[in-house]
Amino acid sequence: MRATAPRVAVAVGVAAFALAPLFLGSFTVSLLNDIGIAALVALGLVLLTGVGGATSFGQAAFVGIGAYATAWLTTAHGLSPWLGLLFALLLSGASALVIGAVTLRLGGHFLPLSTIAWGLSIAIVFGNLESLGRHSGIPNVPALSLGPWSLADPRAVYYVIWIATGAACWFARNLLDSRPGRAMRSLRGGSTLLASVGADAVRVRLVLFVVAALLAGLAGWLYAHKNRFVSPSPFDVRASIEYLLMAVAGGLGQLGGAVVGAAVVLLLKNELQDLLPLLSQRAAQIEAVAFAVLFIGLLHFARAGVMGYAVRWWRARRARAPSAAGAASAASDGVVADAPPLPRRALPARGTRLLEVEGATRRFGGLVAVNDVSFAVDAGEIVGLIGPNGAGKSTMFNLLTCTLPLTAGRVRFLGDDITGRRQRDVARRGLARTFQHVKLRPQMSLLDNVALGTYARTGAGVLRAGLRLDRAEERRVRAEAWRQLERIGLAARAHEAAGSLPLGTQRTLEIARALAADPVLLVLDEPAAGLRRLEKEALGELLKRLRDEGVTILIVEHDMDFVMKLVDRLVVMNFGQKLVEGSPAQVRSDARVQDAYLGAAA
Amino acid sequence: MTWDIAAILAMDGLANGAVYLLAGLGLVLVFSVTRVVFVPFGDVAAFSALSLAAFEAGRTPPTIGLVATLAVLAVIVEVASLVRRGEARRIARAAALWGALPLVPCALAWLAARPGVPAPLHVASAVLLVVPIAPLLARVVFQPIADASVLVLLIVALALHFLLSGLGLLFFGPEGSRTAPLASGTLELGGGYTVSGQVLLMVLSALVLSALFFLVFERTIAGKALRATAVNRVGARLVGIRPARTALLAYGSASLLGGLIGVLIAPVTTMYYDSGFIIGLKAFVAAIIGGLVSYPGTAIGALAVGLVESFASFWSGAMKDAIVFSLLIPVLLLRSYAWPPAEAAEEEIDT
Repeated sequence: MRATAPRVAVAVGVAAFALAPLFLGSFTVSLLNDIGIAALVALGLVLLTGVGGATSFGQAAFVGIGAYATAWLTTAHGLSPWLGLLFALLLSGASALVIGAVTLRLGGHFLPLSTIAWGLSIAIVFGNLESLGRHSGIPNVPALSLGPWSLADPRAVYYVIWIATGAACWFARNLLDSRPGRAMRSLRGGSTLLASVGADAVRVRLVLFVVAALLAGLAGWLYAHKNRFVSPSPFDVRASIEYLLMAVAGGLGQLGGAVVGAAVVLLLKNELQDLLPLLSQRAAQIEAVAFAVLFIGLLHFARAGVMGYAVRWWRARRARAPSAAGAASAASDGVVADAPPLPRRALPARGTRLLEVEGATRRFGGLVAVNDVSFAVDAGEIVGLIGPNGAGKSTMFNLLTCTLPLTAGRVRFLGDDITGRRQRDVARRGLARTFQHVKLRPQMSLLDNVALGTYARTGAGVLRAGLRLDRAEERRVRAEAWRQLERIGLAARAHEAAGSLPLGTQRTLEIARALAADPVLLVLDEPAAGLRRLEKEALGELLKRLRDEGVTILIVEHDMDFVMKLVDRLVVMNFGQKLVEGSPAQVRSDARVQDAYLGAAA
Repeated sequence: MTWDIAAILAMDGLANGAVYLLAGLGLVLVFSVTRVVFVPFGDVAAFSALSLAAFEAGRTPPTIGLVATLAVLAVIVEVASLVRRGEARRIARAAALWGALPLVPCALAWLAARPGVPAPLHVASAVLLVVPIAPLLARVVFQPIADASVLVLLIVALALHFLLSGLGLLFFGPEGSRTAPLASGTLELGGGYTVSGQVLLMVLSALVLSALFFLVFERTIAGKALRATAVNRVGARLVGIRPARTALLAYGSASLLGGLIGVLIAPVTTMYYDSGFIIGLKAFVAAIIGGLVSYPGTAIGALAVGLVESFASFWSGAMKDAIVFSLLIPVLLLRSYAWPPAEAAEEEIDT
């Protein structure tokens, strides 16, 4: 059994943590408490930065909001610290929601820059509010208590801290291995992919941001009741950088990196604080310099962090052991082939009008890429969109999937006007697409990439996923993804990283992802490019089989041979306009088409 | 608030805005050419201010030690990279370029610290002294990871700021300093309003320097190379521009701007070893208003930030920084709705 070894390791680890305070001195226990609290914050950063690709230089501000919230409630109003926990989470979550809603739309570097600004602002506000004790802070914060037992002793609060940290790690692990988690892991590398499966990238990122802030708020609550005192300085930008340093040192790629990083940084800090006063009288200054040098060195030479190297070493070892490797089968890693299938859409009757493009026009400045093009697609047929290079096919494609807005004209899908709708709404109505420039997540497995396609058909949220209440649905998702992989003949490689496939095969994988969305209309952008002859034939067979099952297909393709054998009808574009529409035989014999492709006879 | 006070505040705001304009130009220049958000920019300004203060106090500025340390590091990095590439014969040239050249302003500064040197020379050598700082930092810290993502570069830049401010504390100590005004006297405007010479000097310098900036960018080959690198690094390389060299030029100009800011601001604000950070951040707010790429946008932003800051300080001195940074939020909102970000490129820390 492969799963045994990690389970034993986890059990030993939990036991060691449970017994540790009985054997360790109180100084070491305090240090472990600090590590646990910092690990919570770093965990949020691993999720936000490592998984979501967004960086926050203001995470310490959320710790501060949590700490001040509970300190104020328990001292000024004398309420229970447990109410303080609710208040801390509420405030840190709500402020993250507001800040995130404003800043998370920003591209690339604007977001982290803005985090510096609000991170500083929040710390300044703490230091200047009379009710929060200005720069001297709030003293005499009560200790936690559980009924009659006080948890003032570091050994007692140790258990609260590490249970919270352990639970947060468990929650985060569950979350990543779920429907919302797949979307979060797909955030890096652009939002078009998420929109094409019906997800809203800004919302997914916002949820991730709030989760990270809640973890920080929880850490702040623990901090306030452990130290019994809050003041502004531990929540400034410098502290935020230190949390980021922990996450990077531990490894942004693994959840465990948060705990490892917090331990490494705090132990090192502790050592430095012992060591430096022996060397110099300006120990505090040298410590700050040493940490900055360490951080820069880390980003230069060891960006993967401790856990990154540990995982690499572990994989290399496993790859050497011959028995562990082997072709994936449905039973391995929890794919249950006989899980009840996900609910399917009712497909419209053959011959119903599905898609109707009327006078579509798109201008880019002075260039008219698509000029007054009209055509229709009926249920149950395969329609090809062809034309020479630069004819406007890909733009047309982006217009009818609502990836680009129309300058003029209308698009109707399933009888509704979808002009000006968002791409994700159109995707949710049953229009699934693939991309000319493949958009897969190369680090994720084939199975996860395909499972992403089911996003709009399923409903598990963050809470259900984190608490592992989504398993029934998740089994159905994985079974569906597995079926689609079998359909395109890639089931044997289900657990490999998608980036390891050749480009042509990656295109086929995109078709499986589109099929996992249970589409009414499948829109394919050059699916045969980069495939060998036999693979092309297999793809053609697959598309014909899909048509027989009632799926309608619109295909843009350069390979004439492939298209002519496959489609029922063709739309030919040239210079942004529709040239001809008709059956393959009609199109082939049309003089205008021959002119467009071969040049007019002089 | 009366009109008198409003006029005084507006004048202050204008002077602040002039400083943020210069800083913003430097930040936009470095960012567009190298994709590095150069957070330590403000530290360079603080170092030149503190160097000038040291000159005035009759001491040799400790900045000399800082620059010399950085030069030694840069020579080590350069020699190591030459040896790794098997080009050991170029070591002598590298040592001259990275080791000797930065020491020239150090020598000048050492001479200027002798008694009897007139004040304008102090100012000039304080500015020159910090010019090598950004290029040296770039060689040691940024050039080896020039192809990393913007995010990694930003984190490194922020860590670098903490490194520099730590060094600043070690070299300069925690005391703040204020220097003698560069321009004395006041200018009478009609109706009883006066403007101090220093404020006038700040505004004028900002105007002259930005005009110069514009001319260099539009009219010289070096300026065109900078613009080309900013638009497309690969394309620039194809036409024979060396991105590493253009980057050095950008860092050098930014350093020079930082030095000028330092000596301009030191007579009106008490400068500490870490004062640069806040100046740099406010310049960021200005630069972000310009989208980090537009120079005219940055100028408008700088003026807005300066005015908001000076009026905010009238209502709440302690909260003025919080108010300025909160100004970012409506700006960002406007930007994100008016110019929605294009499909984000691969932005990540590779793990």
